Amino acid sequence: MTMNAVGRPTRPEGSIETTGFKSLTGARALLQDEPLIFELGGWDKTGVDLDEAGHDASDLSGLTRGNVPLPGLSEPETMRHFVRLSQKNHAIDLALYPLGSCTMKHNPRLNEKAARMAGFADLHPLQPVSTTQGALELMDRLAHWLKTLTAMPAVAMTPKAGAHGELCGLLCIRAAHEAAGQAARRTVLVPTSAHGTNPATAAFVGYSVQEIAQTPDGRVDLADLEAKLGPHVAAIMVTNPNTCGLFERDILEISRLTHAAGAYFYCDGANFNAIVGRVRPGDLGVDAMHINLHKTFSTPHGGGGPGAGPVVLSAALAPFAPAPWVVHGPDGLHLVEEPAAEAVQAFGRMSAFQGQMGMFVRAYAYMRSHGADGLRQVAEDAVLNANYIKARLSGEMSAAFPDGPCMHEALFDDAWLDGTGVTTLDFAKAMIDEGFHPMTMYFPLVVHGAMLIEPTETESKRELDRFCDALLALAAAAKAGDTQRFTGAPHLAPLRRLDETLAARKPRLAWRPEPISVAPTPLAAE
Amino acid sequence: MRYLPLTADDRTRMLGVIGAADIDALFVDVPAAARKKDVFDLPRHAGELEVERELAALSAMSRSAGAGPFFCGAGAYRHHVPATVDHIIQRSEFLTSYTPYQPEIAQGTLQVLFEFQTQVAALTGLDVANASMYDGSTACAEAVMMAKRVTRREKAILSGGLHPHYAATTQTIAHAEGMNIVRQGAAIDAEAAVIDAIDAETACVVVQTPNVFGVVTDVTKIAEAAHAAGALLIVVTTEVVSFGLLKSPGEMGADIAVAEGQSIGNALNYGGPYVGLFAVREKLVRQMPGRVCGETLDADGRRGFVLTLSTREQHIRRDKATSNICTNSGLCALAFTIHMTLLGGAGLRQLAQVNHSRARELKAAVEAVGLEVLTPRFFNEIAVRVPGAAAALVEALLGDGVIAGVPYSRLDPHAGLDDILLLAATETTTSEDIAALSAALIRRLGQ
Amino acid sequence: MRFTKDHEWVTLEGDIATIGISAHAAEQLGDVVFVETPEVGKSFKAGDSFAVVESVKAASDVYAPISGEVVDANTVLGDAPETVNADPENGGWFAKVKVADAGEYDALMDRAAYEAFLATQ
Repeated sequence: MTMNAVGRPTRPEGSIETTGFKSLTGARALLQDEPLIFELGGWDKTGVDLDEAGHDASDLSGLTRGNVPLPGLSEPETMRHFVRLSQKNHAIDLALYPLGSCTMKHNPRLNEKAARMAGFADLHPLQPVSTTQGALELMDRLAHWLKTLTAMPAVAMTPKAGAHGELCGLLCIRAAHEAAGQAARRTVLVPTSAHGTNPATAAFVGYSVQEIAQTPDGRVDLADLEAKLGPHVAAIMVTNPNTCGLFERDILEISRLTHAAGAYFYCDGANFNAIVGRVRPGDLGVDAMHINLHKTFSTPHGGGGPGAGPVVLSAALAPFAPAPWVVHGPDGLHLVEEPAAEAVQAFGRMSAFQGQMGMFVRAYAYMRSHGADGLRQVAEDAVLNANYIKARLSGEMSAAFPDGPCMHEALFDDAWLDGTGVTTLDFAKAMIDEGFHPMTMYFPLVVHGAMLIEPTETESKRELDRFCDALLALAAAAKAGDTQRFTGAPHLAPLRRLDETLAARKPRLAWRPEPISVAPTPLAAE
Repeated sequence: MRYLPLTADDRTRMLGVIGAADIDALFVDVPAAARKKDVFDLPRHAGELEVERELAALSAMSRSAGAGPFFCGAGAYRHHVPATVDHIIQRSEFLTSYTPYQPEIAQGTLQVLFEFQTQVAALTGLDVANASMYDGSTACAEAVMMAKRVTRREKAILSGGLHPHYAATTQTIAHAEGMNIVRQGAAIDAEAAVIDAIDAETACVVVQTPNVFGVVTDVTKIAEAAHAAGALLIVVTTEVVSFGLLKSPGEMGADIAVAEGQSIGNALNYGGPYVGLFAVREKLVRQMPGRVCGETLDADGRRGFVLTLSTREQHIRRDKATSNICTNSGLCALAFTIHMTLLGGAGLRQLAQVNHSRARELKAAVEAVGLEVLTPRFFNEIAVRVPGAAAALVEALLGDGVIAGVPYSRLDPHAGLDDILLLAATETTTSEDIAALSAALIRRLGQ
Repeated sequence: MRFTKDHEWVTLEGDIATIGISAHAAEQLGDVVFVETPEVGKSFKAGDSFAVVESVKAASDVYAPISGEVVDANTVLGDAPETVNADPENGGWFAKVKVADAGEYDALMDRAAYEAFLATQ
């Protein structure tokens, strides 16, 4: 079997005492113990006032259902329910959210206001294009910014997230190879440090995935890349800056070798925030790169989406971009939805309509606010903040790549925890008690017990210092043998550690009236 | 710059702590040839007022759906969303949080996802649902690929009533993954025609109800035929308000139900972001794509929620994942859950009845001006045959201030159905809107 | 009992081999939450992906250590996947296979060789 021990080991340590005082109701002052909506009794209630239907549904006899078995709540009950739940979440508006590779930056509210303007939010995707010129104009302006910032000639706007963009990029690459009689190229090379979406996407498109080794200083091993390139290789997928937070110094050689072998260079643009305004992927030989608007261009993450992942394309790949796209015509802007006549090479369609318009508006408002000068400052401050954290923490914690600067994120391993009885997971959970969201853990896979910290540019020096002081104090506590602070953490969060084994063995994915078994699953021997 | 907290003095002091001479020293790994010294040829920074003016001007260039009589449907629907919904989704703790990977400090998002999954399962009449997909069309493609994993067969048959953009998306994505996609020709009322195409290689049949022409179909017989051949039935729904009135996919034998959830809680947004619903029978759960939230207990025995079954997902399974999906549509799922909580089953039923009633009024008005309605059984959407090209008629009616629906040719120009116009009515459609449409039609069609 | 470098074990009685994953593998995986056993009647060559075992933190393919046709699968694992942790080298077996070539069995490591192999890992 494959011994893939990736991921976060997760199970509660059941026996550790919590803080002594308990309220009689289970509430903790401002934190309410909030039941599910199905437990609040609204089985025949509704929180909306609707007109009476003028006609009945007699014409649908035999096609109708009985009652819909869902509760409703009045408006005040609904408001309380969701506001109480909201208070159990960490958020970027509360404190630093240092998730490496995720770029949790401030989300300007101007962008929210703009996205709700009627000329964007209240437009139907299929109303006549003569009535949607403002929206098409915005898409066109956003595309211009994306192309200029990346020095790439084309952009496919429709992908709905980063992974969807990767799929779009690889489908362009596949179509280009097929058009050139190179369909036998069926392998994609991916560095061992890649995001999980890279191999998943390549496999999804039917490519076999081969890993490229990494050098001791955290970069792509050029000799290994050269040895693995050949007439069977369709593309390489490289993240730059990479997931170790390092710029691929040999990037020009990587693209030269790739192109010499007849393959395309797909760049995972998840870390574009580190270089926006200073470095253009087009100058590095990139053929396709998705841009996570929800990372670099600050559209809110919303608890896991929606995102948007436009893909910039080189001239070689541009003809294969999917429908629809915006074109300029004599009487205004048009939407090419059925490209048969205009561009027979388009590989198809990524989703029903023209992309994540709501995200386009937010990203465009963000770009306009910063301007070209501000975006350059974004990259500089993001890199400065990460290097500041790396410098301040390196005395107590072990940087995975201590030599030279990092880019927008600082990577540590767990060597410094040796002998303390504290794991990366324990350390991360203890950060919760100190008021911070943990960093990305156990990723990238190439570093043992990885802790990947990305502060972004929207943190003040004061907040960075508060964060570093907290981590240094925790590190000192770990080394001083204050193990219980870590192994039982979090102590002060709305919930203690959760039993993921119980959740996965007997999945309960929808509400049932009977309570879940109170006895946690016996733990396997570790 | 208002989004950047560091001062020049901060930057100097921080460079000192790092031991770097200047900011360029931190970019030393970038090849010299690729370092851009100059600011790019793009506008410089702008104040909030200036940016808001530019965007307001762009917004004003378009004619929004709510600005007058409006009858577009075909996969996206204009509904009234209670003000409470938008207020709650703009709360910082929901808007500015990440995927709930640290469950101890993400119970708000996780409990909402669990409520969302429960609501979707109840609406679709199936056992379990995931925590949302990008939209209905990508959910449809994912369902087809899931059928391949379950049946280990590669053929998918798509009905002629499936939204053409859903069919094209599925064809692009599932074909890329090596499936054989068979699209039946466009047909107004022939979902059951898929039965004749089922064979021993068929992984699934995909039907839509109400379909793109608005036709409501009882798919029970299709389910029986699919199951007899060892294939799965995937039922697609683009108007989820119909779940308040019509038999659910699960009740009719669907194995997988996918839907566009935009109608509940979400604005039209010119096509996105939307929220894909995905529900399956219990026995298929481990082949279901996307994130899933499950119930469990914490170290003190209190109930809580976690993302679970994540070993199916890309960040662990990598090239063997069930899907490459990472981001979902969390905030749109939250909007759906809040609106659905306000409605409740009773409110949704009432809303569905109002929608159906408005569509009956629309149908009567269209027939009264002499047009033929082709949809025999409808929920809130009808297909109408018009003289000449429907696209030309829609353009002409713009002159009367009426956005008169979607010409079928816009979705599928090669079907030879240029004279078909798709019209939808919802609770937002007033009798005055319908009267304006009638008057404009009479004027344009010369009656 | 014989072992592979991929941490599967096999026992052979007559021409019927019983297959599972080693105690070492079960311990490395952590709490097993799901096992997908192979279909009875399917044939595998040694080295083919044959079953899937999932823990909370990992999903792993299990490779057939020996070629043959599946004659029985351990249905207990469907309801009680934790058996793989509790009793990996006995009650936690995955499948029984009618072996095509017993010579393949002899080529695998015995326990002493497997433990020596683990010590090098």
